[in-house]
Amino acid sequence: MTPRPLLSVEELRTYFRTSAGVARAVDGVSFSIAANESVGVVGESGCGKSVTSLSLLRLIQRPGTIEPGSKIELEGTDLLSLDDESMRRIRGNRIAMIFQEPMTALNPVFTIGAQLAEVPRVHEHITRRDAWARAVEMLGTVGIPDPAERAHSYPHQLSGGMRQRVMIGMALMLSPALLIADEPTTALDVTIQAQILELLAELRARTAMSVLLITHDLGVVAESTSRVIVMYAGEIVEQAGVRELFAQPHHPYTEGLMAAMPRAGTKRERLTVIPGAVPSPYEWPSGCRFHERCPYAWERCEREHPPLYEIGVGHVSRCHLAVEPERRATPHLPLAARAGAGA
Amino acid sequence: MTLLSVRDLTKHFPITGGVMRRVIGAVRAVDGISFDVAQGETLGLVGESGCGKTTAGRAILRLIEPTSGEIFFDGTDVRALAKEPLRKLRRKMQIVFQDPFSSLNPRMTVGASVREGLTIHKLAEGSAADARVRQLLEEVGLRAEHATRYPHEFSGGQRQRVGIARALAVEPKFIVCDEPVSALDVSVQAQVINLLQDLQRAHGLAYLFIAHDLSVVEHIADRVAVMYLGRIVELARADELYAMPLMPYTQALLSAIPVPDPDAKRERIVLRGDVPSPANPPSGCPFHPRCQHPQKDAACSAIVPPLELKEPNHWAACIKQLPTRISWEEQQSAGATRPPERIVPVRATA
Repeated sequence: MTPRPLLSVEELRTYFRTSAGVARAVDGVSFSIAANESVGVVGESGCGKSVTSLSLLRLIQRPGTIEPGSKIELEGTDLLSLDDESMRRIRGNRIAMIFQEPMTALNPVFTIGAQLAEVPRVHEHITRRDAWARAVEMLGTVGIPDPAERAHSYPHQLSGGMRQRVMIGMALMLSPALLIADEPTTALDVTIQAQILELLAELRARTAMSVLLITHDLGVVAESTSRVIVMYAGEIVEQAGVRELFAQPHHPYTEGLMAAMPRAGTKRERLTVIPGAVPSPYEWPSGCRFHERCPYAWERCEREHPPLYEIGVGHVSRCHLAVEPERRATPHLPLAARAGAGA
Repeated sequence: MTLLSVRDLTKHFPITGGVMRRVIGAVRAVDGISFDVAQGETLGLVGESGCGKTTAGRAILRLIEPTSGEIFFDGTDVRALAKEPLRKLRRKMQIVFQDPFSSLNPRMTVGASVREGLTIHKLAEGSAADARVRQLLEEVGLRAEHATRYPHEFSGGQRQRVGIARALAVEPKFIVCDEPVSALDVSVQAQVINLLQDLQRAHGLAYLFIAHDLSVVEHIADRVAVMYLGRIVELARADELYAMPLMPYTQALLSAIPVPDPDAKRERIVLRGDVPSPANPPSGCPFHPRCQHPQKDAACSAIVPPLELKEPNHWAACIKQLPTRISWEEQQSAGATRPPERIVPVRATA
């Protein structure tokens, strides 16, 4: 670990107060990202990974709030104490974000060149001509063929993969220190996904940029990140270097996710499943939030919320198995499976 | 025994233009595909978005009317059927859709949704139908009392189970599964895949399993057909196709799957460019503009490659992959400079 990370998040809590109650979408998340590092966040829908990334940019809208006591520090600046104008300068300049569906993130009535050129015009007040030249150059950098000509295209004239390249280009216009990519390839076909992941790796190698890659795909994480954060029910449940995580997953949820993926050599066998479904953020289960779906859970797990135990160098896991490892030898049918109702 | 037999099936959607809405072209969504599905078998149909796999699945059931070709199901000429006999036949051929959110009527209880098929096909009435609905819900891993609830009360995985119960209600022999698990999270996806496999064993069902996720298809399918721009470009037993893909396109597709193993060594083929538009497909082999076959030459853009047997039970559409019935002389007259050759398959090591 470097002495001062690029980004450090401590005890981040993002709650949504609605008429139905309080949804604790992100509930005490702490992690850091070093310069030029690529960190993956994995988890199923509803685990809080997207809300975490939106919180970093302070893009949470009402009724959502980042709770007092949360801390987000970028390059030594406390983002949560900034006024709106200073925060606006951080977005794009220091942290940029790309989303899953580039069609909805691009403006359909402006050419892609105009949309890219707008970024330095707003942030740096340079001339129209210079901004356009920068836009064309960036389109070339992200692998758009004939960038000078393609700059005059509208978003609907581009394919999904090309649009995602444009989005990445727009995010990189101001050379941010951190790029948050929220499921950047989920809407794309595998061959296009491979192109986009290759592009992100290339850009990271060429600049000093860090990448926070949010995905549900363990394959994507294995190939594109060096450290992985696994989230479940609003919390980090495991964090480790990518090799360590795949070789020795500790948390039963991580283990379950890996076992549930169909892969070569498992043909026609039954897949291992995690019974039940992700619980509701309005009512996280007591004790360990995973205990109802866990094949190792015992009384302690229902009663006592596990801390993040350190189980190796840079490897933490929110599971009592860290202190009672012998329990792993006796798996049983999880509570959620006994209830009978499938997810 | 062959249950479904599809020959030269095409579906072209007309493109209209001008004030008179004249037909000025066609999107060749499905452009002459042929395959068989045996009883109790799973045929996987894979390809990227826009390749025509969903259209193919619907055209087989005549949910959309095919443009030409033959479909035989259990000895019946499906395309020759009038409305009423077709409706009767649908009892034997069902479909499960991708999106369990939009395929269930939000105003109907799940019990009523599942019961619909029983009523339409006069399979059960009254308390017998109620009992059958309860039995079906339990068979797909739900509880009998779920019958009185509405779709919005269920999670995505549970809704997909309702969709499956609905298809199962009429005791079909064949189910088109159109991306049945792609909207689901990994852990729930595994539950639904296991369910589909259990049901197949219990009822001897045949599946046409349409998906873009190649790992899921490898897991569930006996044989796999790969589609590209409306055509089947490779068809083989699943284990063979994944171990030794013969088509450069299939090789690229397989090599692009991210492998959940940080130490995996692999040679990735990153395809350049996008899938061309099916309204204006390339001449000759539809894949030639993106193909990385070392013997690719002018003949590839001139000759439409037939789907031919390259190995026992392994079909591929490539004139540069031996053996081929497009002779070298014929290729030369189309401008060929490089003779066909068996290329070494590239496969990601998983």
